[in-house]
Amino acid sequence: MAPALINANPVVYEKKERPARSRPGDAFSHHIRDIKDPEHPYSLEELKVITEDAIEVDDKRSYVRVTFTPTVEHCSMATVIGLCLRVKLMRSLPSRFKVDIKVAPGTHATEDAVNKQLNDKERVAAALENPNLVDMVDECLTPSYE
Amino acid sequence: MTLLEEESLKLTEVQRLEGHTDRVWGLAWNPATGADGVPAILASCSGDKTVRIWQQRSPSSTSFDCKAVLEDTHTRTIRSCAWSPSGKQLATASFDATTAIWEQNGSDFECVSTLEGHENEVKSVSWNASGSLLATCSRDKCVWIWEVLPGNEFDCVSVLQGHTQDVKMVQWHPTADVLFSCSYDNTIKVWADDGDSDDWHCVQTLGESNSGHSSTVWALSFNSTGDKMVTCSDDLTIKVWDVDIIKLQSGDGNASWRHVCTMSGYHDRTIFSVHWSREGIIATGAADDAIRLFAESQDHSVDGPLYKLLLKKEKAHDMDINSVQWSSTENKLLASASDDGTIKIWKLESF
Repeated sequence: MAPALINANPVVYEKKERPARSRPGDAFSHHIRDIKDPEHPYSLEELKVITEDAIEVDDKRSYVRVTFTPTVEHCSMATVIGLCLRVKLMRSLPSRFKVDIKVAPGTHATEDAVNKQLNDKERVAAALENPNLVDMVDECLTPSYE
Repeated sequence: MTLLEEESLKLTEVQRLEGHTDRVWGLAWNPATGADGVPAILASCSGDKTVRIWQQRSPSSTSFDCKAVLEDTHTRTIRSCAWSPSGKQLATASFDATTAIWEQNGSDFECVSTLEGHENEVKSVSWNASGSLLATCSRDKCVWIWEVLPGNEFDCVSVLQGHTQDVKMVQWHPTADVLFSCSYDNTIKVWADDGDSDDWHCVQTLGESNSGHSSTVWALSFNSTGDKMVTCSDDLTIKVWDVDIIKLQSGDGNASWRHVCTMSGYHDRTIFSVHWSREGIIATGAADDAIRLFAESQDHSVDGPLYKLLLKKEKAHDMDINSVQWSSTENKLLASASDDGTIKIWKLESF
């Protein structure tokens, strides 16, 4: 039997029309919204895990902040989603950028623990040497390169 | 420490060491080198699963060459490395859950022992002052103490449990057989035995309730006399602690560490490394790509010593700085290691 889904019936939203890429950071934003959810055949945008104002880019200060919204408060996939976001940004941003990834305040039961783990680069480095996790991340990132 | 007052200091890059193909995590100066006409030797370890050995061209030179690459032993990131006090052995801690012991054989280094036991990533390794004990720590929340036996045998004498999250670093006190560990659980723990038994236990926990850190503690370092310790954290502060050194060296388990001061407002992102030079200069390496130097100020307040920022080297590297280490004998050489894959050698000059 397949393992039970964390959120079996997520609400799926329409993809937003994409305006011309005028703001700096729009390019990253587009790529990030196309990342596939680890559990469902939908993009992070379709599940409203990532919305338009979720990604703040300060090019001058070489700083990016991503705030995402897990679909359910007890989402155990939150750290995997966060890892996908970090890997995507690591691969697409110039190395001078500093990246902070957080869950939106009040949207996760263990918000502080998830945020701490996602921003501990030693844990991220170790996770990215785990072949199973890397496969999962790569699968989620595939649509973001199309 | 007084020599630094009112002087202008400059941290000058003297060499950039390239060769690692991934981020450089750790550095260790060989303590048996760098004096008495022996050129200094530096080891560096990396996400590329190798260690590189760099040697000074001559005792007075600021040029280093890569003399050896230690590879094909660890299968994952090598997180940290440490020379034995004699400088004859190098211990390396890896995410592959093992700790390797290396010895130089002619111009080559060979792995003479592999220490297994941790459940997952080993993050740090440290030798005690006499070289008779080795400590390792891991994401499995445990600290292991190993006895160094003849014939490259290492016997686990104690598994220390107490941290509630992964342990980032272990460090022995420079003169007493007292072990320190710092963790993702925001605390620093002090471990001691009962004298002649191998019954190691936690004698003190420095946490937020005793003026400790409010996030991951990444590293710690001692001053030359061992009566002070500095710690650095993800909470963007460094903290200085002190102890009654006479009490500590007499083996008194109750010699407790006391918070002296907190330096906050200086760092913008996580501080990964802190190292205290023999002359009393504290160097930090942080995720804001900068190196900062601090020293005790002469303006003592009634509350005790104060520390002041001597200098800040912005953009010391292109990416996060993971380690800063003063050379053990020529104390004005500083090495730094970064996510940008390079190591830099710096000279501290006053003018």
